[in-house]
Amino acid sequence: MSTQTTTPAPCATGELIAVAMSGGVDSSTVAAMLREQGAEVIGLTLQLWDQNRLAGKPGVPTRSTGRCCSLDDVYDARRVAESLGIPYYVVNQQERFERDVVRPFVDDYLAGRTPIPCSLCNNHLKFDQLLLTARQIGATKIATGHYARNEFDPARGRWILKRPADLAKDQTWFLFGLTQDQLAHTLFPLGNLTKPEVREIARAGGLALADKPDSQEICFIPGGDYKQFIANYLDEQGERVPDSAGQLVTTSGEALGHHSGIHNFTIGQRKGLGVFAPNPLYVLQIDPASRRVTVGGEPELNRPSLLVNRLNWIGIASLDAPRRAEVRIRHSQQPTPATLEPAGEDRVRVLFDEPQRAVTPGHSAVFYHGDEVLGGGWILPPEASR
Amino acid sequence: MDANATTPLLPDVLASMQPYWIEHFANASSIHQPGQEARRGVDHAREQVAQFLGCRTAEVVFNSGGTEGDNTALRGILCAGDHLITTAIEHSAILTTAAHLEQSGVAVTRVAPLPDGSIDPEAIQAALRPTTRLISVMMANNETGVVQPVEAIGRIAAKAGVPLHLDAVQAAGKVPIRVEEIGCHLLSISAHKMHGPKGVGALFVRRGTQIESLVLGGGHERRRRAGTENVPGIVGFGHAAEIAQKTLADGTMDRLAALRDRLENGLLARIPGCGVNGCGMNGSTAPRVANTANLWFDAVDSEALVIALDLKGLSVSGGSACHSGATEPSHVLLAMGVDKARARASLRFSLLKTATQADVDAVLEIVPTAVERLRALAPALAGVSA
Repeated sequence: MSTQTTTPAPCATGELIAVAMSGGVDSSTVAAMLREQGAEVIGLTLQLWDQNRLAGKPGVPTRSTGRCCSLDDVYDARRVAESLGIPYYVVNQQERFERDVVRPFVDDYLAGRTPIPCSLCNNHLKFDQLLLTARQIGATKIATGHYARNEFDPARGRWILKRPADLAKDQTWFLFGLTQDQLAHTLFPLGNLTKPEVREIARAGGLALADKPDSQEICFIPGGDYKQFIANYLDEQGERVPDSAGQLVTTSGEALGHHSGIHNFTIGQRKGLGVFAPNPLYVLQIDPASRRVTVGGEPELNRPSLLVNRLNWIGIASLDAPRRAEVRIRHSQQPTPATLEPAGEDRVRVLFDEPQRAVTPGHSAVFYHGDEVLGGGWILPPEASR
Repeated sequence: MDANATTPLLPDVLASMQPYWIEHFANASSIHQPGQEARRGVDHAREQVAQFLGCRTAEVVFNSGGTEGDNTALRGILCAGDHLITTAIEHSAILTTAAHLEQSGVAVTRVAPLPDGSIDPEAIQAALRPTTRLISVMMANNETGVVQPVEAIGRIAAKAGVPLHLDAVQAAGKVPIRVEEIGCHLLSISAHKMHGPKGVGALFVRRGTQIESLVLGGGHERRRRAGTENVPGIVGFGHAAEIAQKTLADGTMDRLAALRDRLENGLLARIPGCGVNGCGMNGSTAPRVANTANLWFDAVDSEALVIALDLKGLSVSGGSACHSGATEPSHVLLAMGVDKARARASLRFSLLKTATQADVDAVLEIVPTAVERLRALAPALAGVSA
């Protein structure tokens, strides 16, 4: 594979760069760095969710203090833009966020899957809508505070996405859905930096939020209680949580008890099963049709293979024959060796060298070749894998 | 092109305020001579504002601006069990206060406008109940510029024996206000919409009107609004009112209306798929203030258009700003029956009375290009209406 690559020219003169600013240290530092390099920069913040929308519902304070799109974060982003002397705007994308992220998030859980809203947000909001808005207002590129690298490889004629210098902060798992066009119009200025270096740059640049803690939780669920969120959201929509109560069964089909609804479970979950057993039990499988939740011992969590669809290819144009790769099925995991096999229209089978724990439908499987992201897809439930 | 948001101080107004910051800094309530000097400034301003409204000086209560006037009118009159008639196209100072009062037992009727943005006096008549304690109507709308038939509404209120409050913040300085002819009991105005300073305004309170003070404390403003007088602000307000009254008589408004028509007709001629909000099939519109134009541009996201135009140095407005600074589609246009997509594709142009033909012609250069760029980049959207 060629090593002759070019990173996107950070900022040709006269080029207007729109920085996606969240009010956090990473995107603020990006704005400061680009400004320092002499680029013409504007700041954009996506207003995605109104934290007060579900206020007063069970488990939600009457005045919410959540992180995402909170007034504090917008204030922080605005102050950074003011100190850098760049134009700054808040863009209202609440409807699109609800349609493309929140509703699918709820529907995934109700269908027995465990969603990753950050990937959906990247695909639909940050790198689609935001890039469109940025181009409409005259910018040529957007820049974000993601830890990732992108470069053009003339040999393949493709934009490629690479893991960042700081592997502990690697966010490429959330970015596998980027198209060639999106990669060509995006800058990841933090790709070659470590988080401590970024904080150092922020401090040196006098950014007041250099020591602001990282955000961890799902941005629209401040307390992290997704079950309560689903109940509150559906209630607000005039809907009810569908009855999906059913049986807890062992792999041999033996009924252990009842559960209150399939959306309360995720693959690999051990707590809150409501059954007593001599050895710890884990959720192995969630079957929305029969409403059965299958549980078993830890070794049974391991899976030798999985099937994905809704594929996106980055480093290669398509998969025409089996090939070796490293595969990651969750953000917190290092890529692990596997073989990729074409499995029909828009489908790829992943055969792991070592069986993998808790393969989770609704999550994505992202394929790597060394530092590079080859592509990825969304994990299908086991019945589709058979 | 955003004069309905706010206006600059006129140099004469600034000059009139100048002595009251340092030289005549005293508290207007103090009995000593420096206090009397400050009091003289306030008293003179009260005469200027009384002249401007056609009322007695004792009927002018200085306050912090339109929002306070609106709050005082509603909260100072209404108690649990009372009924309020207002409209669906009011400023949030009225709508939010009305919603708040609703929580504490005040019944609220929000009369919808006709498709041209005007309020039918018959609809006010029809909404009357034995418990109706207040009618509150905006004299001129901030987004469409439509001037309401306040005299007809005044007659209905008088006949029913119900006090009428007019939110005249956007009307002041654009159309003559004679409170005697209208027959209203209360009327709110704000200095900064008429080339006066920000943070000062007045509530006209007809003699004999029973109204509770919103701000309690000392006996300022005849015990109707406690708090040390903002002397420089009040002096500037008085001066601005005097100048505004002259402007209303010197042909400025005719000149502005001609410029506004040039703007509207120019945009309509240059941009396909665009129109004036509230405009009937035959091109007729309800009576409007001279400086305001509200247009829709099919297949355009007005939020992006506002930013694009701002980056070209043209300030316009595209709906109401929400708490974060993001834009919501205009509730006024929605209430007029404009669909959500068109409301999201609408811009308000509002001319300063100092606007020139060159200013308008610059708009006619910039806007068509920006609209074209937005449409070219959003083919999916454009396809819908093409």
